[in-house]
Amino acid sequence: MKKISFTLNGELRQVDVAPNEILLEVLRYKIGVKSPKCGCDTGDCGACTVILNGKAVRSCLIFAIEINGQEIVTLEGLSKDGLTPLQKALLDRNAFQCGYCAPGMILSATCLMSGNPHPSEEEIKESIAGNLCRCTGYQPVIDAISEVTKKH
Amino acid sequence: MAIPFEFGYEKPATIADALHLLDKWGRNARILAGGTDLANELKQGFRVPELLVDIKGLDALEKIKVLDDALHIGALVTFDMVRNSQLVRDHAYILYEAAGLVASSGVRNRATVVGNICSAVACMDSAAPLLVHDAVVHTASLEGEREVPVQDWFVDNRKTLVGEKEMVSHVSIPLPKIKHAGAYQKMMRYTGEDLAAANVGVLLMEDGACRVAFGSVGPIPRRSPEIELFFEKNGVNARHIDQAKDMIGGIISPITDVRATKEYRMHMTKVMFVRAMHAAVERLKKQKI
Repeated sequence: MKKISFTLNGELRQVDVAPNEILLEVLRYKIGVKSPKCGCDTGDCGACTVILNGKAVRSCLIFAIEINGQEIVTLEGLSKDGLTPLQKALLDRNAFQCGYCAPGMILSATCLMSGNPHPSEEEIKESIAGNLCRCTGYQPVIDAISEVTKKH
Repeated sequence: MAIPFEFGYEKPATIADALHLLDKWGRNARILAGGTDLANELKQGFRVPELLVDIKGLDALEKIKVLDDALHIGALVTFDMVRNSQLVRDHAYILYEAAGLVASSGVRNRATVVGNICSAVACMDSAAPLLVHDAVVHTASLEGEREVPVQDWFVDNRKTLVGEKEMVSHVSIPLPKIKHAGAYQKMMRYTGEDLAAANVGVLLMEDGACRVAFGSVGPIPRRSPEIELFFEKNGVNARHIDQAKDMIGGIISPITDVRATKEYRMHMTKVMFVRAMHAAVERLKKQKI
């Protein structure tokens, strides 16, 4: 076991981890942050997406010990002060059904918007191409991202 | 899924420290860069290392630079960095093109080019671009440095020439001295996740030379000297591209697996070869330098 320190949603956290522990599992079961989900567990589905040092990454493919000294943001951190404009737009459109993909989808889109405030539809599709959804057919999600990136 | 065995973890502060660890632990150590392949390999028990050597503290390996007439891509350069590099766009456009087709943005933010050729899964996206550019793999160990042409690097599916006490520090791509244009084609089921069921890379030079590489249609990605020689003798034009296409059946050996049948792979490799050749011809016309 090794004690690691990292910033999680703006707060400094310390946790003991073994080298074989995966970040997704440490977040969910040791820390209790439940928005990152385990879908495929091989990096394909995007349900486990978190933001690491400003970039969307797959927490199921990261060893928890690697994030010592790094900065992580999950959906819980994003909506600390209430829903973001993107989340409101998604809600208005009823853009999700089961919601399993939603945290990853929202974090991927948020990363896109932080570097590219007015993305094209192609760029929007590319940013969430690695977030698989089996309910919505994606269109309402794309529409919601388009709407908030046109407003700003 | 938890990884069902234990191992150690070190994050060396210098390359020398990393090489000492490799020297001591040999094949029981595994380098960790992006980890996108490694985490899966450990979950599946495909590899059972006793130590992970996390090289992400070695900033010198995180660079894309031009040095001695070659484009250097360090071991920590991610596909996302390649996508955002003007140097790569200018000097190895086909690598830039292929990088954009690697999995999804969430994987590209983490996965590295060097990791891709070290995992050496037959469907990797980096191999064809590096093969047609005559890239060189640079390794380091306590015994010194080695340069291995990427043509010789791949030994079998998931096997390379890396020594058990060695790590790859970077790959270098010699800058072509004359006008050139490349094109990369990848067959996949959908964007965002998929591994290549087959891929083709071509590089066309102003003097008429043409380099062709096929991936995911045999145990290792490979250049095709047969087709390159055919173009050298006959020149590149639409008719010859069509004739070269018919040679592919005797050159590649695709298999049937969960992602595609061998017949479909064969057919699509021919289609993609023609598309890549025509794209490269068009791009070469537009090249200024």
